[in-house]
Amino acid sequence: MVFRRMTLGGLAFSCINALVLGLIVVMTLYPFLYVVSASLSEQLYIQQGRIGIIPMGFQLEAYKRVLEFPMLGRSYLNTILYTALGTAISLVLTVCAAYPMSRRDLPGRKLMTSIVLIPMLFGGGLIPTFLVVNALGMRDSIWAIVIPAAVTSFYVFIQRTFFEQIPLELEDAAKIDGCSMVQTLFKIILPLALPSLVTIGLFYAVNEWNSFFPAMIYLNDEKLFPVQILLRAIVIQNQTDQVLVDVFDDKNLLSESIKYSTLVVATLPILIVYPFIQKYFVQGSMMGSIKG
Amino acid sequence: MFLPPLIYYLIFRYVPVVMAVVISMMDYNIYKGIFGSEWAGFKHFIDFFNSVYFGRLLRNTLMINLLSLVFVFPAPIIFALLLNEVRNSLIKRMVQTISYLPHFVSTVIVASMAVTFLSPSVGLINNILVQFGMERTNFLLDPNYFWGIFTFMDLWKTLGWSAILYFAALTGINTELYEAARVDGANRWHQTWHITLPGIAPTIIILLLLKIGHMLEIGYELIVLLYNPNTYLTADVIGTYVYRRGILDANYSFASAVGLFQSVMGLLLIIIANKLARKYSETSLW
Repeated sequence: MVFRRMTLGGLAFSCINALVLGLIVVMTLYPFLYVVSASLSEQLYIQQGRIGIIPMGFQLEAYKRVLEFPMLGRSYLNTILYTALGTAISLVLTVCAAYPMSRRDLPGRKLMTSIVLIPMLFGGGLIPTFLVVNALGMRDSIWAIVIPAAVTSFYVFIQRTFFEQIPLELEDAAKIDGCSMVQTLFKIILPLALPSLVTIGLFYAVNEWNSFFPAMIYLNDEKLFPVQILLRAIVIQNQTDQVLVDVFDDKNLLSESIKYSTLVVATLPILIVYPFIQKYFVQGSMMGSIKG
Repeated sequence: MFLPPLIYYLIFRYVPVVMAVVISMMDYNIYKGIFGSEWAGFKHFIDFFNSVYFGRLLRNTLMINLLSLVFVFPAPIIFALLLNEVRNSLIKRMVQTISYLPHFVSTVIVASMAVTFLSPSVGLINNILVQFGMERTNFLLDPNYFWGIFTFMDLWKTLGWSAILYFAALTGINTELYEAARVDGANRWHQTWHITLPGIAPTIIILLLLKIGHMLEIGYELIVLLYNPNTYLTADVIGTYVYRRGILDANYSFASAVGLFQSVMGLLLIIIANKLARKYSETSLW
């Protein structure tokens, strides 16, 4: 580094590089900022294309309407419930699969690995899975959302890698001290693997929070809908009247602002926790990749 | 301890495979079940191969994937390499953190943003076009734009997150190699070409293999949210077709046959790709 000096080419490269990276940052952030700004603006200005990242004709009416919409609270609670329960089930199953796979002395380890690996390469597809869920009578229940997609093979392999990093000697020592296998798992292994459990748990939680496809195919009962289904109905299928049901006069003045407010309300939770959880995600992904 | 996940895998991953094979050779009736329905042989496969949809679906699925391979796959590599050249660690971390953001946003939200931005009457994109004296276009109703829109959205959502693995690989490269190269008079370009790229090559190959394995089953969730009968011509892929015929029209046997075709093709692709990777590099999946 000491004898590196800026050549003309190097300078040009740095400038172009900064420009490209700057462009990526703007392209990533601008849509979010625009959505927030539009949700706070009057529809007239959105239509005229006069708003950027600063709201014009400030109004909170759209948010008021969205928050007063009774379906919203219910679907939010559903999403929270699905995420909490789904993540718990996923984590338990993943640990149950990954821990035995990580024990180098356990017979049948290869077979277990194959069982988890093969579905990554080949699957029955959407319809047979749908029919299995149907045959089990899970449709129109919370189980259709939290069970069929509970285990992701890729995460099992990441979790196994984490477990493998815990030295075998620790377990042997515990065994000599009279710990049973279950005790060893709960008292030694899981506490040591806590950071990885948090990481994998977050992976599952974000997937569950964002998931809409299972809800779309398995749920008919509106009372069970998660936020994502509501969002799709209001913004993509343009059913803003649902929210504006009792007001006829200003329907056309608010429908666009309503869409943007709904988007903000649906996105906000993940954006609020993002700075706190981002670190774990990055660690988890990197760990999975290097050792994978 | 392995029992609960074993039961899970059997019921939700292995039984569907068996069912796919059986049902696709039947005229499956949901009320009669597997044991009461009539056998149909290869009828559904032959129907699918002879239908007008076969060529169209295959073309759309392959084209969307090819575009993704050409634009979306290399972009994170380039992004990681460019960011690697930034010396200021604060800026580096900031750009990186911002780039992950879209990954955490759901497909529905990304699709919602696209729908609102592309709206012909009030959307941001059309408002900008009008200011440049161009005409308003209903992008989402025009099949000519679908591939472009989809590829861009895919890129926007995945760029930063996909780059994570390359960042990890880049930090794993021995810095002494760079010092040695500099002493030998290598400039930044030489260093990138002879040290950095070979250093992350195994990661690139593994990710490419995984990508090829999933060639046929690309983000059909996003497509289901964005397409409409006007754009089926270019937007309908095997996954969305299976969803429509199977779930919406309840043609379980036919849709299972189409889905099985997709799975078999996917498996063949990954086997071939893995063979090639083994032959031409030291990295492969197995």
